[in-house]
Amino acid sequence: MTPGLLFDYVLGLADDALILGHRLSEWCGHAPLLEEELALGNIALDLIGTARSLYTYAGAVEARGRDEDALAYLRDVPQFGNLLLVEQPNGDFAVTIVRQFLYSAFAAPFWRGLVGSRDATLAAIATTAATETAYHLRHSREWLVRLGDGTAESRRRAQNAIDDLWMFSGEMFEPPAAALIGAGIAIDPSALRPEWDGSIDRAFAEATLERPASGYMQTGGRHGRHSEHLGHLLAEMQFLQRAYPGATW
Amino acid sequence: MAPTKASHPEEAAKQPSRRTHNARSGEPLTPLWEVFIRARNGLAHRHVGSVHAADAEMALQAARDTYTRRDEGVSLWVVPSAAITASDPGDEAVLFEPASRKPYRHPSFYKLPDEVGDM
Repeated sequence: MTPGLLFDYVLGLADDALILGHRLSEWCGHAPLLEEELALGNIALDLIGTARSLYTYAGAVEARGRDEDALAYLRDVPQFGNLLLVEQPNGDFAVTIVRQFLYSAFAAPFWRGLVGSRDATLAAIATTAATETAYHLRHSREWLVRLGDGTAESRRRAQNAIDDLWMFSGEMFEPPAAALIGAGIAIDPSALRPEWDGSIDRAFAEATLERPASGYMQTGGRHGRHSEHLGHLLAEMQFLQRAYPGATW
Repeated sequence: MAPTKASHPEEAAKQPSRRTHNARSGEPLTPLWEVFIRARNGLAHRHVGSVHAADAEMALQAARDTYTRRDEGVSLWVVPSAAITASDPGDEAVLFEPASRKPYRHPSFYKLPDEVGDM
C-alpha cells in the first residue's frame, strides 16, 4: 500500500467534514429559531473539529510540510475529494435537514466502524466522531419526522429536498482503494448499506415521506469532479488566506 | 415611529410564513420549556434557563444544544413553563418576611468541636 492511498482517503474524509461544517456555518444568523441556530452551529463545530484532526493527520502522512490550513485553504476545486452531497447548498431548512440526515445516517455507523481501524490515529479520531455524529443523526432525524409529519407545507418541502438530494446518496457507499480495506485501515462502506437503508426507511415511514426509486446516482466528488456549488463555497471560505496569505490573529 | 414602507405585494407573497401561533387553537407553535441540569451525579438538577420548542423531545435537544455546550452536565430535565405555579410577587412580604426575623433557624448558635472541621 502506498502512502498516497492513505493520504487520499484521510483527505476525502476531512473534506466531507469541512465542507459540510462550512455549509452549516452559513446558517449563522439565519436559523429559524435561536435554539436551532446554536444546534446547527454546534454540529458545524463538531464537523470542523473532525476536519482539523484529519487534515493534520493527512499532512503528516503526506510529509511535505502541509498543515491543516494549507490543506483547507490552499487547494482548489479539483483537489477536493468530498462527497457531492455535502457541498449542496443549504436551500431552505428542509434541504439542510434532509442533507444532514442522509449524511449522518451514513456517518454515524461509518465512524463507529472505523473505531476498529488498524490505523491508530484514524481509530482515535473515529472514537470522537462516532459519538458526535450519533447526535447529529438524532437531531436531524427528529426534525425530519416533524417536517414530514407536520404541515402540508413542511411535508412538501421535506419531500422535495429528498427528491432533489437522493441522487447524491449513492456516492457514500463507493469503496476506497481495496488495499486500504485489505490492510484493515479503511472500512468497506458498502457493508453499511443495510443499516443506512434501515435508518432511512424507518425515519421516512415515521415522517410519512416517500423514498425515491433508486434511479441514477451522481458521482465524482471523490475524484475532484464537483458541482458548480463547491467553487462558490471555496471562494468565500478561502478568501482571507488567498487575499492575505499567512494572515493570523 | 414612522410607518415602514409597505412592501410590494409580490414581495410580501414571497415572504415565508412567520406565524408563531396555531391559527385554530391559538396555542404557541413553540411554547416555552424550563431547563434543569444535573451538573454531576449526586447533585440535584438546577434551573438554568428556558428554551422554545414544539414538543418535549425537541425541547430536550434544544436544551442540550443551548445549555450543555461547555460540559455543564450529565442529565437534563425539561418542564413545560406553563406547568409551573409561581408565588405572587405581591405576597412576598406575607410569605417570606417572617423568616427573616428568625435567625435561630440557622444552625449558627452551635459551637462546633474543632475535630469536625469544615461542614
